[in-house]
Amino acid sequence: MASFIQLLVSGLATGAIYALIAVGFTLLWQTSQTINFAQGEFVMLPAFFILAAMNLGAPFWLAALIGIAVSIFILGLIFKIVIVDPMLRHGVLPLVISTIALSLFLKEVAKDFYSSQAQPFPALVPSTDIHVFGAVVSTQSLAVLAVAIAAVVALHLLLNKTRLGRCMQATAQNPTLARILGIPVRRMVLYTFLINGALVAIASILISPIYLAKFTNGETLGMAAFLAAIIGGFNQVRGAILGGIILGILDNLSAAYISSQYRGAFPLLILVGVILLRPQGLLGRIEERTV
Amino acid sequence: MLRLGFIVSVIAAGLGLSGPSYAQSTVYIPAVLELSGAGAVPGTNFRDGMLLAIDEINAKGGILGRKIDTPILDTQSDAGTSRAQIQKVLDNKPYVILGPVFSGSVLVDMMLTQQAEIPEIVGGEAAAITQKGDPYVFRTSFGQQFSMPKIANYVRDGIKAKSVAVLWVNNDFGKGGRDNFVKEMNTRNIKVVADVATESGQTDFSADVVKIKAANADAIFVYTNEEESARFLKEAKKQGIKAPLIGETTLLGQKVIDLAGGAANGVRGHVGLTVDAPIPAVQEFAAKFKKRFNYVCDHNGIKGYTAVYFIKYVTEKMGKFDSKGFAETAHGLTITPKQEPQILMEATWDKNGDIDRESFLGEVVDGKQKIVQTLPKLGN
Repeated sequence: MASFIQLLVSGLATGAIYALIAVGFTLLWQTSQTINFAQGEFVMLPAFFILAAMNLGAPFWLAALIGIAVSIFILGLIFKIVIVDPMLRHGVLPLVISTIALSLFLKEVAKDFYSSQAQPFPALVPSTDIHVFGAVVSTQSLAVLAVAIAAVVALHLLLNKTRLGRCMQATAQNPTLARILGIPVRRMVLYTFLINGALVAIASILISPIYLAKFTNGETLGMAAFLAAIIGGFNQVRGAILGGIILGILDNLSAAYISSQYRGAFPLLILVGVILLRPQGLLGRIEERTV
Repeated sequence: MLRLGFIVSVIAAGLGLSGPSYAQSTVYIPAVLELSGAGAVPGTNFRDGMLLAIDEINAKGGILGRKIDTPILDTQSDAGTSRAQIQKVLDNKPYVILGPVFSGSVLVDMMLTQQAEIPEIVGGEAAAITQKGDPYVFRTSFGQQFSMPKIANYVRDGIKAKSVAVLWVNNDFGKGGRDNFVKEMNTRNIKVVADVATESGQTDFSADVVKIKAANADAIFVYTNEEESARFLKEAKKQGIKAPLIGETTLLGQKVIDLAGGAANGVRGHVGLTVDAPIPAVQEFAAKFKKRFNYVCDHNGIKGYTAVYFIKYVTEKMGKFDSKGFAETAHGLTITPKQEPQILMEATWDKNGDIDRESFLGEVVDGKQKIVQTLPKLGN
């Protein structure tokens, strides 16, 4: 039982981070049909912004705020203006290829300007352990879980309880109609990119103490979050959250109780099952398009 | 007259008579290394150690009067890319090739270099590398068939363990190490009670530690790459693992210690190469490296540095640049620090290209690797 709790809490913490990143995938897809294959690198990069700010003498809390601000600016605004806007008018595929190229570029930039070596990254809370029913749960895991849940809840409230959020949802569901209703569609799309910039920065702060800051981090993170978004439903924020949590828990339980050697295969098996039985994802909705 | 000279030059170039530009004044020794991807840390260390040696040698006039020309190609830590890069450098007729470091890459490159009869000085440690009868492959550090008996003796005599758990990374390096370690355990009647494979780049080790903890072994042998080792140590500390954690070189490396923080304290094991070795020449090298590259080099930096001096010594012994002759001369060769001070420690290459030299038993104390015993060469 103690082992199970141990695996569950740890899986939940990892899954919550996958969920944060996956939410970014779904937000961008819904509002601008952007599949961002550099999303993993977007999570890797803010850790280096923060470390650079700390090297300049900023304390961690200030460096984290600077990191979030820089991420919103570069990974939100600049990404949209320089890559998404010019490429999107040529269709989804050129944009996908552009984001793949961007992911390679960001990886190499992080390596060349910082280091190829993994860097230790400060944790949000001091690393102490709490004993729960025989399991040892670190305060770090609990903090990761708490911050990830808080970020998702805040996003949920923004999207569902504010006028701005409803405008963004309307833009996602039907941009033409939203425009007729007087919603500034371009601005709403921009907001989703800025929100994605903030989400990846938060995910980076949460995951880097565990993953360590390294230029290759985006590879695993991006893939895991992409799978999570598909499993949960690419067009639903709550689907992405569910997908992330399923993936995090499944990874731990399958490694412990089935086979650690084949742990990488289980998420893919789930993915195949979802595509066969429920192609829109567990919580996704079927999209119909006029052709 | 000038015009005639020009025409002759053009014709000569067209016929391929002029040869590569580095043919006379330089010697072409390309390096194919892991500069990006999962192997970037060992690859970069190897490269920097190598560059330090090359600059030192070139500053003193090169090898037999020819400066070393070393373009560096990136394998991206991918065996297929590595093979393509090796093919590329082979087209330019190298004297010797340096790298790669990843065993998986070495294993696919070897066929090409053997076919071309070009020696390859590699950083890979998988036992299989020198068990294929390839006379052109030479190691710069212990193969697993050399290091695992040493660590196995330590587990039996030092730790006095009757049972062990093994955690290894599921790639050529990890699988080779795991197979050799388990074989050595079996010959010493030590029971392997848990055998846990992990993924390269894995981040969450909670499931693996749960499995190992449940096995209740007398000792735990950890054989993964740097960052994974650090993450495992943190998780092991969190879950309160009490059994001794034993490793081979990587686990006790300064990078792992820095990344794992306090969780690395108490880790013990065998260290093939280390800048903390109680040898003045090694420490002098470590200081030079730190001064130039501004970080503490790991064992791969020593591999890169000594690889270049190995080439220099063998070539000067032959008195000529002859790739085939290099391989013949290097087999069975012993280089002492008296003969070549920058070889750092006496080293012998056997008929398979395996290296033998002194090694160490170490322990991590207060965030530093401490060498507690020097082990003699196996051939002694």
